[in-house]
Amino acid sequence: MEFGPHLLLAVLEGAVGAAVLALTALGLSLVFGVMRVVNVAHGEFFMLGAVIAWFVATSFGGQPAVGFVAALAVAPLIAGLVAVLVDRLILKPVKYDPEATIVGTIGVLYILQQTALMTYGPEARPVEPPFSHRIALPWFEWGENGFAMFYPWGLSTNSYKLFVIAAAIVILLVFWLVMTRSRAGLLMRATQLDRETALAFGIPVSRVYSVVFGLGAGLAALAAVLIVPIQQAHYLMGHDPLLLSFIVVIIGGLGSIRGTVLAAVLIGMSDGIISVFLSPTLSKIIATLLVALVLVFRPQGLFGKKPA
Amino acid sequence: MSSGARSTLLHLGLIALLFVLAFALPSYHQGNLARIMVLATYAIGYNVLFGYAGLLSLGHAMFFGAGMYGLGLAMQYGGLGVIPAFAVGLICAAVLSTVVALLALRTIGVAFMIVTLMFAQAGYLTVLYFGAWTRGDEGFVIAQSARAIGGLDLTDPTTRYLAALVLFSAALLITARMMQVSFGSVLIGVRENEERTRMLGYDVFRHKLAAVVISGTISGAAGAGYAVLFGYVGATFTSVQYSIFPLLWVLLGGAGTTIGPLVGTLFMFYLIDYSSGLTNAYMLIAGVVLVLLTLFARAGLVGEIRKRWVAWLP
Repeated sequence: MEFGPHLLLAVLEGAVGAAVLALTALGLSLVFGVMRVVNVAHGEFFMLGAVIAWFVATSFGGQPAVGFVAALAVAPLIAGLVAVLVDRLILKPVKYDPEATIVGTIGVLYILQQTALMTYGPEARPVEPPFSHRIALPWFEWGENGFAMFYPWGLSTNSYKLFVIAAAIVILLVFWLVMTRSRAGLLMRATQLDRETALAFGIPVSRVYSVVFGLGAGLAALAAVLIVPIQQAHYLMGHDPLLLSFIVVIIGGLGSIRGTVLAAVLIGMSDGIISVFLSPTLSKIIATLLVALVLVFRPQGLFGKKPA
Repeated sequence: MSSGARSTLLHLGLIALLFVLAFALPSYHQGNLARIMVLATYAIGYNVLFGYAGLLSLGHAMFFGAGMYGLGLAMQYGGLGVIPAFAVGLICAAVLSTVVALLALRTIGVAFMIVTLMFAQAGYLTVLYFGAWTRGDEGFVIAQSARAIGGLDLTDPTTRYLAALVLFSAALLITARMMQVSFGSVLIGVRENEERTRMLGYDVFRHKLAAVVISGTISGAAGAGYAVLFGYVGATFTSVQYSIFPLLWVLLGGAGTTIGPLVGTLFMFYLIDYSSGLTNAYMLIAGVVLVLLTLFARAGLVGEIRKRWVAWLP
């Protein structure tokens, strides 16, 4: 009873990581899929969500759940509005030229990071979870005395982490319903498939772009609000989510939503599990190189379709 | 005067001016300019790939770092002198850029950018992982006594300035020459229309490969030069930020111009230097400059001058 229980714990940790990563990467994938824009500032929208969550949560005080729910509503909204502004002021004027948008969003990355440093400060700050119960994990084993259940036996998780996983699943389902069943989703898919034809059919493509860019940023911010009670808010925290989201979006196939979610689960889980057993730096090196090689030898991603 | 002679005159004149400045500048600005020339060398290296061949790399910090750590580790643990250690730095950068090029050049566009970013990130993590030798983020200092070539003490401000000038001049003249021969024209052909260049019978892959290796090696030379002239080696120099800086300098000065990298580095350095009296938010300034460049001066300072007034600028 050594390896198994630790693996169970690692899987749970990995699932939390995967849940948050799926939401963040979905935002990046949506923006790339519909607009063909590589948003290098995506990680900073994540950071923005976390930092705003801290401001909102602390200004409410009292019962932590009130502040948390408020943050859940406010942070994605503000991040989304900032993104819409970026779209209107920078991306649209350069006509979504790939190179220019990369350079421009690098600029946005710096601006957001420095603004956060100047207003929020260099410290990492926690947000109190709305609830947090210690849940002991049961463990079953077929031992000398036949089938036995060990409970409680030391390792435990907490209810908030399980809530994060559940919340991510719900958000993903809602997102899927919006994309496949609503008019807004139809407009987005039409724009993704063929911008020119969509324009010819009277779809306000430029407005769709703004909404998509805002929605992408909002998803990242939402993921950040969920993770911030577990992982403190910090002005440099956007770096890792950006890189991991890149990885996920590539593995999943650029612009493929289903691939993105699958890849997020794959990467998030294996990242969580490997770093429990190996040095986190070594596991990151291996993962980064593997992904680079996937892109080199299979540019369309593991789940993507080859362009005709 | 032919445009070739004009540009030779421009480059030699620039080098002569920088030489005179070594003795005319007050010590504060002399120190700054020495640093700027080393960083401009890095920008020149970046410009070969981005400006001329049109490949946007976000991973050049790994080449800068290869030169820096190649030299730094060889001096620290191998006990080599400056010249052989510099050669080690160059070889490291050349080998790394060849390997990276062979893999990364299989991709194009956005994928190329992301692949180089990932390789660089792996490089950065590797530096951290071998923290026992590299001392990770903290970095290590190269002993002052070791930083000398023959009897020349590289820690003396004027000697250091002149050494930086030699490094910078070499990079400038090599790239300037490269653009006068057909190799450079083929690179520009690749940038403008890869398919057509291929149809004309040029081996596009070979040219791109050479561009990455030359670009990476010049960047590595800048890294090695930085380590020996300023005596410090640290993981920060291999982080994503240091991949973005040369992009910023080159865009600011003018991609695809020979003197643009120096102009961009100079401008950015002093912009931050002067504004840091008002605010310490140098990243904010870098960000705003990037956004303004994207919106209003896609060709950069020298590029806009060339476009509007002086068409012969190399």
